[in-house]
Amino acid sequence: MTIVRISDDVLALACGADAVAAAFAEVGCTVERVSSWGMHWLEPLVEIDGIGWGPVKPGDVAAILCGTSDKAIGSIADHPFIARQKRLTFARAGRTRPLNLDDYAATGGWAGLNRARALTPVTIIAEVTQSGLRGRGGAGFPAGVKWRTVAAAPGARKYIVCNADEGDSGTFADRILMEGDPFALIEGMAIAAHAVGAQAGTIYVRSEYPHAIAKLNAAIDLAAAIIAPFRLEVRVGAGAYVCGEETALLNSLEGKRGEVRTKPPLPAIEGLFGCPTAVNNVLTIAAVSHIMRPGGGDLYASLGTGRSRGTMPIQLAGNIRHGGLFEAPFGLTLYELIHDIGGGTATGRPVKAVQVGGPLGAYIHPRDFALPFDYEAYAAADALIGHGGITVFDDSVDMGAMARFAMQFCAIESCGKCTPCRIGSTRGVELIDRIRSTPRQADITLLEDLCETLKDASLCALGGFTPYPVLSALKHWPGDFGR
Amino acid sequence: MSLDAIIERHRGREGPLLPILHDVQATVGCIDTAAEAAIAAALNLSRAEVHGVVSFYHDFTATADPRPCLELCRAEACQARGVEAMVAAAEAAAGDRVRLKPVYCLGLCSVGPNARIGDTLHARLDEASLVALIGQA
Repeated sequence: MTIVRISDDVLALACGADAVAAAFAEVGCTVERVSSWGMHWLEPLVEIDGIGWGPVKPGDVAAILCGTSDKAIGSIADHPFIARQKRLTFARAGRTRPLNLDDYAATGGWAGLNRARALTPVTIIAEVTQSGLRGRGGAGFPAGVKWRTVAAAPGARKYIVCNADEGDSGTFADRILMEGDPFALIEGMAIAAHAVGAQAGTIYVRSEYPHAIAKLNAAIDLAAAIIAPFRLEVRVGAGAYVCGEETALLNSLEGKRGEVRTKPPLPAIEGLFGCPTAVNNVLTIAAVSHIMRPGGGDLYASLGTGRSRGTMPIQLAGNIRHGGLFEAPFGLTLYELIHDIGGGTATGRPVKAVQVGGPLGAYIHPRDFALPFDYEAYAAADALIGHGGITVFDDSVDMGAMARFAMQFCAIESCGKCTPCRIGSTRGVELIDRIRSTPRQADITLLEDLCETLKDASLCALGGFTPYPVLSALKHWPGDFGR
Repeated sequence: MSLDAIIERHRGREGPLLPILHDVQATVGCIDTAAEAAIAAALNLSRAEVHGVVSFYHDFTATADPRPCLELCRAEACQARGVEAMVAAAEAAAGDRVRLKPVYCLGLCSVGPNARIGDTLHARLDEASLVALIGQA
């Protein structure tokens, strides 16, 4: 009996994986639905005995089974896109069935939690701090420092909240992890709860991710006895981008409008329902499950560059030939990521710009592609790594239109709490329209001034970082603003 | 499920409002003023507070729209893959029969342009396949 492995990740489904799986089942094969390897241009990817074919259509089944298909890619694990990676958080990607507890345990699952349970919270926090793990949501704040604050905060009731409101265009690593390896997130949540003294945890997932929500709910049911007495539940967002900001997320969980709160108080001191709360991104928490394994912290700390330790799950998106998930130690340059690994644009045209870090990230010009992937290096270049998404644009893009879209997106998604973001974003759209119809230096100066106001006076990153895409587009592609 | 049953199902939870609103929206297709008033009374909130939440989130609507809905991603990664050039044809195909709703990211950013109908997602759309999809919606 031939065992055929096909992903049930929603990206594979959206590319037609179910029809391919049905076609293999029809000719008598056993089909196993596994997580995605993250080589998205090859989805639906079919694996038989470690050999891959992709992208497969139902009509390819006969040729694959008799060995004549021209879609063969050879050994998947040896494919350059996979072999070049250092997969820690995504070690199981493509290799296990997402909701199979035996697969999870056989690949090192629960080793981190079992070890952590024998340690004191102080020791766990020290190990996480030593590993160098920083918040993968975008801010890059040291995870151990946040946990220490929550653990030390007075209060009988504490919470651990996982921010799975992955709204940035160009990012999908949280989604792949939740769909492909949900137990890793659950294990990390249980370790985090033990470390900070939380009795209950919540994973806040955006409503645009119905498959991730279903997988997580099923996984929590299966793992409930393993993580008990810790209780974990999934809460679903309601289509507000700003709820990815941690204080807006907490308001949303409390059943309020997703408006940003002023800080201080920090959520670590006064978070959910006024209790000390650790809010961490999916990738941060999932990393904890392997960092806490024997030797995991040392391995993590040994990778990376400068103060950016460990690996970063980088997402290659937009107009790129070989898009997907690429987990690697920090330090790769954009040139390596986009050309050597990503194969350039999907359209075959020259790259004009890339946006790193989602809608609030700067647009980077190809002349700056030597920039190494590193929190500090990006900050020094007036850019941000954010959640690690890289969106590639070819030379047909109009950067003036992209700058306008950044302001427009801010206007659509602004929570309305602070004036620079609420009103400034709409004024920004109007100003860019005016500049693009009749360029005047006075309007450009005004736009730069408006961006300064947004940067300095907004409460959160939505208003505060929208100037990054706008000003970088204005700086590097003045011709697209009619200048 | 009735409104009362939905409220009863969630009222014991911490922060019950969003789960209630999600269920009402999914069951009834909207959250109207009568539902707002009933939810407010059950949770000891003012109707203004409930209305403030309903009107804040894109997923909640005050009136029902019985038309089939296609959500088309209009965010950066799908723009980079050419979605904007397909919008005019999509609008023409949708007409008044299908609700065409912009969405900002479905998380399939390497294989766009992408769309969602219900809980089914569609990737690698071009103008012809998008128009066909709208026709079947």
